[in-house]
Amino acid sequence: MTDNNSKISRNKKMTQNIAFWSFRILSITVVGILFWILGFILVNGAKVISWDFLTQAPTDGMTGGGIFPAIVGTLCLMLGSVIIAFPIGVMSGIYISEYASNNCLVKVIRIMTNNLSSVPSIVFGLFGMALFVNTLGFGDSIIAGSFTLALLVLPIVIRTTEEAMKSIHDSFRVGSLALGATKLQTIWKVLLPMAFPNIITGLILSVGRVSGETAPILFTCAAYFLPKLPTSIFDQVMALPYHLYVIATSGTDIEAARPMAYGTALVLIGIVLIINLIANGLRRYFGNKVKTS
Amino acid sequence: MINISAKNVDFYYGDFHALKNINLDIEKNSVTAFIGPSGCGKSTFLRLLNRMNDLIDGSKLMGDIVIDGENIYGRQTEVVELRKKVGMVFQKPNPFPKSIFENVAYGLRVNGIRDSKFIEQRVEESLKGAALWDEVKDKLKKSAFELSGGQQQRLCIARTMAVSQQIILMDEPASALDPISTSKVEDLIYELKRDYTIVIVTHNMQQAARVSDKTAFFYLGELVEYDNTDKIFTAPSKEATQNYVTGRFG
Repeated sequence: MTDNNSKISRNKKMTQNIAFWSFRILSITVVGILFWILGFILVNGAKVISWDFLTQAPTDGMTGGGIFPAIVGTLCLMLGSVIIAFPIGVMSGIYISEYASNNCLVKVIRIMTNNLSSVPSIVFGLFGMALFVNTLGFGDSIIAGSFTLALLVLPIVIRTTEEAMKSIHDSFRVGSLALGATKLQTIWKVLLPMAFPNIITGLILSVGRVSGETAPILFTCAAYFLPKLPTSIFDQVMALPYHLYVIATSGTDIEAARPMAYGTALVLIGIVLIINLIANGLRRYFGNKVKTS
Repeated sequence: MINISAKNVDFYYGDFHALKNINLDIEKNSVTAFIGPSGCGKSTFLRLLNRMNDLIDGSKLMGDIVIDGENIYGRQTEVVELRKKVGMVFQKPNPFPKSIFENVAYGLRVNGIRDSKFIEQRVEESLKGAALWDEVKDKLKKSAFELSGGQQQRLCIARTMAVSQQIILMDEPASALDPISTSKVEDLIYELKRDYTIVIVTHNMQQAARVSDKTAFFYLGELVEYDNTDKIFTAPSKEATQNYVTGRFG
């Protein structure tokens, strides 16, 4: 009996160990591949990174100079699309979570948002060209590109807002309503401050997505080469992902421009990293504020 | 003086007949306890008194509930106004993630009061009224989450009092608290009787016996017996009540 028991426990231990090691190896592999990619870009890209690279326009058929206009363009597009997508997305998320009862309309909205997030980004690009560039007459411009990118990230913002609101325990809602607060006051003064740190996560995700997308700006905004900076929201801009695509595939001398491509990729990753850090900081800041104020 | 009066109240959650023909009068400045096994309808009835059940989809009410001579389900009744008059304290303490001060001030602020002197004064009165002032007066700016469970519950009572309501409904207010906090809350209920009409739902027989003037026993959605607390616990007229209060079922 005792023998049998110790055998069972030995077997259990072995199974545990096998499972543990498989998980560990798989995780290490995934993280390893990620670091490999990052390291590869870092090693190859670091060579061209210099003050001039960050502050000059490209020269010599994209084989020299820098990527300053593309950096500015990407930042404009990030800002523009977040300004558009954020209020709309947050309000939709709040509507779905707090106002709409679980009826047909909400189900349709939810299915549509899910579908929207799986539409290939090139389709958004085409749609953006048809609607914003042509029909609304924005032309190839920051505003057309921002709207197109905003549509792309709207599902992320809506979903994270909805989840953030839903994760708040109902006792806070009834507690507020029981004190004579209206629904709007409850949302504005109790629920939103609590949901805010999680909504910021939606912002991080969408900004990361916006900065890296090429297809949606291909027909709506991105310029092949523009030495000057945009002066209004109706100007075209260069953008980092599109610039990367251009110098990697269709420059005058692709081989000579290769280091510039790695440099561009490194800057793009760097921007995303910095924005994520800022958003994380904000999230922690608001998280603390919710707890103590 | 009658403060709350229910006449022929029937209530449904969808098809479920949760309350069956309830008739009950509650006097002003008294403590009334609702007792009965889980699912008997006592909490449902309590929540009808400040229309908290409005939030539940597919619920249906028949009959009248009159508070201070006004049918609270009448067409003229503003729910927001009603809830200012009839406050509620919940089973689990649910302070907002705000400071102690702001928790109590919240009800005043949402009701449009801007005068910060008045708010300060009211917060202090309410915290004193809820026997919490001495414990928190030096840390009003601290988060309410730093308080113990019992203190949080008294904060929720203070928050309710601040809106100056005449009636306070309590849904098992001490069931999540330790014995010492429970006795503090019970003492408080006794004190509050002077200014408020209190209705309390409880699973704790001793608590009902200690704090209430009248007790209503609910069973399977019906009001089985409603009488003075002494009588309910010593000489109930119905056998079901007798069985329940002596712990033979429940």
